[in-house]
Amino acid sequence: MSIFVDDDTRVVVQGITGGEGKFHAGQMIEYGTNVVAGAVPGKGGQEVDGVPVYDTVDEAVEAEDADASVIFVPPAFAADAIFESLDTDLDLAVAITEGIPTQDMAKVNKRLSETDTRLIGPNCPGIITPGEAKLGILPGNIFSEGNVGLVSRSGTLTYQVVDNLTERGLGQSTAIGIGGDPIIGTSFVDALEAFEADTDTDAVVMCGEIGGEDEEQAAKFIGEHMDTPVAGFIAGRTAPPGKRMGHAGAIVSGSGTGTAQSKIDALNDAGVPVGDTPEEVADHVEDFL
Amino acid sequence: MKLHEYQAKSLFADAGIPVPDSRLATSVDEALDAVDEIGYPAAIKAQVHVGGRGKAGGIKIATDREEAEQYAEEILGMDLKGYTVDQVLVEAGVDFVDELYVGVTMDRGEGKPVLMVSTEGGVDIEEVAEENPDAIAREHVDPAFGLHPYQARKVVYEAGVDADVALDVASILSTLYDLYEENDASEIEVNPVMITSDRDVVAADAVMNIDEDALFRQPDLAEMAEASYEDDLERKAGEYGFDYVRLSGNVGIIGNGAGLVMTTLDLVDYYGGAPANFLDIGGGAKAERVANALDMVFSDDNVDAVVFNIFGGITRGDEVAKGINEALERFDEIPKKVVVRLAGTNAEEGMEILNTDLVEVEKTLEDAVQRAVKNADEVTQ
Repeated sequence: MSIFVDDDTRVVVQGITGGEGKFHAGQMIEYGTNVVAGAVPGKGGQEVDGVPVYDTVDEAVEAEDADASVIFVPPAFAADAIFESLDTDLDLAVAITEGIPTQDMAKVNKRLSETDTRLIGPNCPGIITPGEAKLGILPGNIFSEGNVGLVSRSGTLTYQVVDNLTERGLGQSTAIGIGGDPIIGTSFVDALEAFEADTDTDAVVMCGEIGGEDEEQAAKFIGEHMDTPVAGFIAGRTAPPGKRMGHAGAIVSGSGTGTAQSKIDALNDAGVPVGDTPEEVADHVEDFL
Repeated sequence: MKLHEYQAKSLFADAGIPVPDSRLATSVDEALDAVDEIGYPAAIKAQVHVGGRGKAGGIKIATDREEAEQYAEEILGMDLKGYTVDQVLVEAGVDFVDELYVGVTMDRGEGKPVLMVSTEGGVDIEEVAEENPDAIAREHVDPAFGLHPYQARKVVYEAGVDADVALDVASILSTLYDLYEENDASEIEVNPVMITSDRDVVAADAVMNIDEDALFRQPDLAEMAEASYEDDLERKAGEYGFDYVRLSGNVGIIGNGAGLVMTTLDLVDYYGGAPANFLDIGGGAKAERVANALDMVFSDDNVDAVVFNIFGGITRGDEVAKGINEALERFDEIPKKVVVRLAGTNAEEGMEILNTDLVEVEKTLEDAVQRAVKNADEVTQ
């Protein structure tokens, strides 16, 4: 089993005719994902790698029965593309785009609260259920099937930790990159809640980073609601206050909130061991299983 | 991206927010010309992106020409928490009887902008938030509708602002929200808003940060950003298109992906070293980009050794290795030892391609970091 995506998920790729969209749609298909349609305004009637393209998401859903979208649309138009997904009542929208203005995301966030669609991202690598489906840009070859759930704010850090897990024979149920922006759709708590309910996830890895208070909220949730063991990792211990560390959301505020230490303390208080290195995270998972 | 006080105040003034009369000066002569026009008392204020400028000696009030000259000489060229002051704002002193705090920022947790008002202005608002959170009144704005004017009034009254100036303060707050939206700001803070003995309301300071991700639709602000770089390396990083932050250590760090680069910094620290920088080269690693990244860390005099850590997802390790070789072959002599660790797609092929005459190679992140820390230690010994 898995969370959010599996081999029944039917995907429409928004922006499939662009360089990124075309390349990654191909990679997703190669991985075995059901990519059933593309949606690009003005490109309806074309085909990309045998996938039919429609002018609107609405038409793609109507014609191909898609229930999820992956968004590879440049930042200036990405919020519009997310609105299109939300207004089409898809089950899931995965926004890969990095660099969407925060005020655009505040408007998206408002609309999101009124729909049943789950948004993952933006500024994220996507989601993968090994052996079944991948929606996004994660490199499929480093993942393996198994019972460890993984949720992370960062792409390459996810790959690093997955690599450490896979090397020890610890496969993954589902891995989700929730994104490095200040305002995102799916939070740590949303993902943890789903992993807790998933009977095939026996341990969870949570990779957080500086900025905001999502990790603290996740720690509270773990302490109060989770039986499945969780191991943690927090990036940005050496980050100076007031500087944006790559991700738009990765910033320690002048008042000292959002620090790595505050997150590590909160997780430890909830009984979550936090690794000093990615290797140590894998050690903890090995201990759990 | 942070605007300077003088930049933010020019936006305030254009929008109709009352600000003190002021001039920007880059020399003592210019500062004296400015005070001659403005009169006394005059504030001489360092224009650098440093909090607590006043306490650090970066703001002085001159009551005559002699003092103005003395303070301008002191402040221009001074080192303020690591930044050299090369311009000052000369501003008319305000005869105030009361100070307020007014701000607009994004509440990440709520995903909504929030207005903040406090009658405890003129002091460190973060301390107020910590010690007496009830002293700050807050009002969230629905981003789909924008600010309703009543909300600005409500939060001002709630904060306990004097009734005779409350509507003037609410009007400033409404205008600040408009500026916040129009300019894609991530934060605007006025601390203090001063109430004068004549019961006028004046924005005496201005902090304004712009969402870097929105600069593509804010061409005027992008130009201001140019003027607000304070560090040559940060300027260079901006030109190369890297996410870069300078730190104070001696181990240079290059990697891909924010989370993994942060982790590499943390590991340098964990193994007893000190990171010199955060540099995320992003996806792909063509020779040009690799060369630019190496140029960045090599030209930082603080750097004694370098660790280059790439986790290839869609990026292929063999292509990265070719990029590193090509980039380093351009140097007659490699100025600082570089340890490379490649992982992920085609990493093994990449490791074989790497020219070990030019770089040291390690298989794991932990080993690569430890070796770079050791290399740096050897240089400093």
